Amino acid sequence: MSGLDFGWLPGAAGDLARGVTTTMMLIVVVTAFGTVLSVAGAAARRSRSRLLRQAVASYVEVIRNTPFLVQLFFIFFGLPSLGLRLGNVVAAVIAMTLNMAAYGIEVVRAGLDAVPRGQWEGGTALGLSRYRVFVSVVLPQALRVIFPALSSQIIIIMLESAVVSQIAVRDLTYEADMLQARTFRAFETYLVVTLIYLGLATLMRRAMQAGAYRWILGGRP
Amino acid sequence: MDEFSTADIVVNLLLAVRWTLVLTAVAFAGGGGVGLAVLIARIDRRPWLSRAAKAYIGLFQGTPLLLQLFVMFFGLPLLGLEIEPWMAATLGLTFYASAYLAEIWRGGVEALPKGQWEAAASLGLHYVTRLRLVILPQALRLTLPPAVGFLVQLVKATAVTSIIGFTELMKTADAINNATFEPFTVYGMVAVIYFALCFPLTTYARHLEGAPSR
Repeated sequence: MSGLDFGWLPGAAGDLARGVTTTMMLIVVVTAFGTVLSVAGAAARRSRSRLLRQAVASYVEVIRNTPFLVQLFFIFFGLPSLGLRLGNVVAAVIAMTLNMAAYGIEVVRAGLDAVPRGQWEGGTALGLSRYRVFVSVVLPQALRVIFPALSSQIIIIMLESAVVSQIAVRDLTYEADMLQARTFRAFETYLVVTLIYLGLATLMRRAMQAGAYRWILGGRP
Repeated sequence: MDEFSTADIVVNLLLAVRWTLVLTAVAFAGGGGVGLAVLIARIDRRPWLSRAAKAYIGLFQGTPLLLQLFVMFFGLPLLGLEIEPWMAATLGLTFYASAYLAEIWRGGVEALPKGQWEAAASLGLHYVTRLRLVILPQALRLTLPPAVGFLVQLVKATAVTSIIGFTELMKTADAINNATFEPFTVYGMVAVIYFALCFPLTTYARHLEGAPSR
C-alpha cells in the first residue's frame, strides 16, 4: 500500500492532544463518580431494605443488558422530553458513570464477599458502628480483590467512550472525525487514533498496576 | 411525511431486530472460526506465533470497537474492495469477536490439567489430533458460560455499527426518531428490545455458571 499519506500528522498533533486530554478528563471524572457509586451500590445490595436491594439489582441488570450507545442517546435525546435537558458533556459523564457503576457494583460486591465474616464480627465486638466497620475494616481488605477488576473496567469504559463523539463531545474520536473531514485521509487518521487509544489503554493498565502494588497490595509482585 | 403511530414505531423496530440478530449470528460464527485459529496460534509452542496471536488479541481488546469499524470501513477500499456498511460491520465484528473468543478459550485450555496433554500424547496422538479430540472439546465446554456472556456483549456491540451506517435496530431507531421527534419513546423502546434479547442470555450464562439465581 504505497498510497498512504501521513503528511498531515505533524499539523494535527495539537488537535489530537486536545482530544486525548478530553478523553482522559472524562475518564478521571467518571472513575471518581463511578467508584463512589459502585461502593454505595454494593453497600445498598447488602442493605436491610429489600426494596433498596432490588432497586439496585434492577438498575444493574438494565444497564448491563442494553448497549452503551442506546443509554447515551436515551439520556441525551430522550430525557429532555421529561424536561431534563442536559449538556452533551454532562450526558456523557452520566451515561459513562451509570455504566461503570453497573459493573463496578458487582465487582465491589464480590470483593466484599471475599472478606471473612469474622472481620465484621471482630469490628462490631470492638464497639465500632456498622458504618465504621465497613469503611475502616472491611473495605480496605476488599480493595485487594476489587482493584484489578475495577481497573479493567475503567479501561473498558475508556474504550467505550469513543461513541460519545456521536453527541459532539470533543473527545479523541471527535477530533479524528474532524481531522479526516479536513484531510480526506480517513483511513490514516483513524489508524493513528486507534493506535493512540491502544497506547492510552496500555499506559493506564501499567499505571494502575504500579499504583496497586504501591498503595494496596504492598511491595512488588 | 406520513404520521407514525406508536404501533408503527414498534413494528418497524421489531422488523429491524432481524438485522441485529443476523449480524450477531454471523459475527459469532465467523468470530468462532477465526478465534479458533487465533487460539491455536496463541497456545503454539513457537514463541513468534504465540506472540503474534497475543498482539492480535491485545489490539482488538485494547482499542475502541468504533475505531476498529472506521479503520475497516475506510481501509478496505484502499485494498481495491468496494465496501458497503454491512461488509465493514460483519468483518469488523468478526475480528472483534475472534479476539475475545480466543482469549476466553485460552483460559479454558490453561485450566485443563497437564495430565490431559500427557495422556493424549502417551496415546501416540499427533498434536493436531490431541487438540481436536482431547483439549479443545474440554476447553470449549469449560468456557461455555463466559462465551455466552460474550454473546451478550456482541449483541450490544452491534449497536455501534449503526454509526458506520449499517441498518440494524439502532440505525432504524435513529431514522424513526428523525421522522417522529419522539426520542424518549423510540430510544426507550429500543432499550427494552435490547434488554429482551440480552437478559435471557445473561440469565442463561449465570445458570451455566451454577451461580444461585437472584
